[in-house]
Amino acid sequence: MAKEQANWARGITMRPGDRWYTGWVYLLPGFFIFAALVLYPLGLTFWYSFHDWAGIGRPVWLGLGNYLKLFQDKLFWQGIFHNLQFVIFYSIIPIVLGLVLSSILHQRWFKGVTLFRTLLFLPQILPMVLIGIIWRWLYSPVNGPINQILKAIGLKALARPWLGDFDWALPSLGIVATWYFYGFCMVVFLAGIQKIEPHLYDAAGLDGASALQQFWYITLPDLRREIGVVMMFTFITALKVFDVVFVTTRGGPGDSTLVTSLYLYEKAFKQKAVGYGASIAVILTIFTILIALFLRRYQERKV
Amino acid sequence: MKRFLLYAVLILFTLTILVPFFLTLLTAFKTQPELAKGVFTLPERLNWQNFTDAWTQGHFNIYFVNSLIVIIPVVILATLFSILSAYALAHLPLPGRSIVFALFLLGLIVPLEGLIIPLYYTLRSLKLLDTYWALILPDVALSIPFGSYLLWASFKGAPQSLVDAAVLDGASRSAILWRVLVPLSRPTINVLIVFFFIWNWNDFLLPLILISKDELRTLPVGLAFFQGRYTVNIPLLAAGATIVSTPLIIIYLIFQRQFIRGLTTGIE
Repeated sequence: MAKEQANWARGITMRPGDRWYTGWVYLLPGFFIFAALVLYPLGLTFWYSFHDWAGIGRPVWLGLGNYLKLFQDKLFWQGIFHNLQFVIFYSIIPIVLGLVLSSILHQRWFKGVTLFRTLLFLPQILPMVLIGIIWRWLYSPVNGPINQILKAIGLKALARPWLGDFDWALPSLGIVATWYFYGFCMVVFLAGIQKIEPHLYDAAGLDGASALQQFWYITLPDLRREIGVVMMFTFITALKVFDVVFVTTRGGPGDSTLVTSLYLYEKAFKQKAVGYGASIAVILTIFTILIALFLRRYQERKV
Repeated sequence: MKRFLLYAVLILFTLTILVPFFLTLLTAFKTQPELAKGVFTLPERLNWQNFTDAWTQGHFNIYFVNSLIVIIPVVILATLFSILSAYALAHLPLPGRSIVFALFLLGLIVPLEGLIIPLYYTLRSLKLLDTYWALILPDVALSIPFGSYLLWASFKGAPQSLVDAAVLDGASRSAILWRVLVPLSRPTINVLIVFFFIWNWNDFLLPLILISKDELRTLPVGLAFFQGRYTVNIPLLAAGATIVSTPLIIIYLIFQRQFIRGLTTGIE
């Protein structure tokens, strides 16, 4: 997109009846509401973050006070660390699974591509809250379906209170995210593979390349763009995970699944430490933008 | 043999997706004693009581109507404004075009968390908290950058010869947009509508923070609070989950092509 952006002005000419501001007449309604409800609050977040404010009364200027406190806040760092662990489950495992499954679906003999694609993509259209509620029940300690299955197949020793276990709560929530995202990754990759010239595979096949070699030398390099896009999207989603934690563990047990967004929510809206919450929001925003720019650069390099 | 194995892998993965939904549906038809007998046993008869309880006592009737009241203006306004912005960006003289592009790009990347705190206080000072506007206006604002980008690419890609022909016929700027570009971009606009619908319908953080009255809650937030009230009554909870998911699944199966195109092109 960036390359296209450089040419944004191409082919735009003044016509009779145009004024220099004609474009703004069309842009203004959308841009105004965007500026008022996205850009303006975004700027205010920075402003708030330099103050001590409880939501009422006069904010007190703190300078960098909130940030100094934040960098020594163990819970904040724990939240960041949990978000980074979630990247494995939101991004890395679904991408690997998506690559494997899409290469299977792409085999010429494979029948029923549309059916599998439709079903594997299904979780994507449902609210994460709903997914969280269903999985919370699946994981439930006493008569949860997962523990029942484990007992039924003789693996009773593996049954545990998944979301109530300090070591297992985070990976258990991570698996929910993997379950939610791998079909999505597969669909994006499949669309990418279908754009690859079929004769590349034919030629490789004639040269005696195995399916694995074809995957490694043709599919993978050609999917770099799709992988980059999916990586950016899922990575950012992992950094701001909120819904699924909110309806399952609320950060617990202890703080073992506390994530940055939840900490922000608790601070800014429950404890009314508005300025402090804003400083968390600023760090999260800057972090997200840096990741996006970095992954974008990676994507563009190969074009 | 190899093919058989690969099919088996696919079927296994598909089952992991389907089984949780199937169990939820099955459980929604059970009584609590029936559920205690085991998750996989069938209920003696289809018990609709959970659904009627969830619908009325669980307030899903109210949440459903609220979701509709919010989503209809959001989709209409977001689509309309995106069309207008994209046209300005793609075809019209526009001082500051590159700045607008950069700001929309920022709007695409920035997480909602980055602006939700001041958004709450801004809407509070405008006395808009706990109104439908508190959801409609931010939803539209957050949708516009994505819609503008997607349609900008589509308008830019329209055949120049058609636009030139319309100009020769004396078409005005607005006639070119509505008679030439919009009809040509119909498939992209459909994708956009589907995307705006699913994105805003499933939204959680925004309504959680901006709405505190139960009678104004939308479905996802309503479902979360419903879970808080009925944690132990799993069949009732399953009925609530089924009520939320069934309309979405039906719409998805009808429009699955647009959904898949929308959500895959959506992230690019």
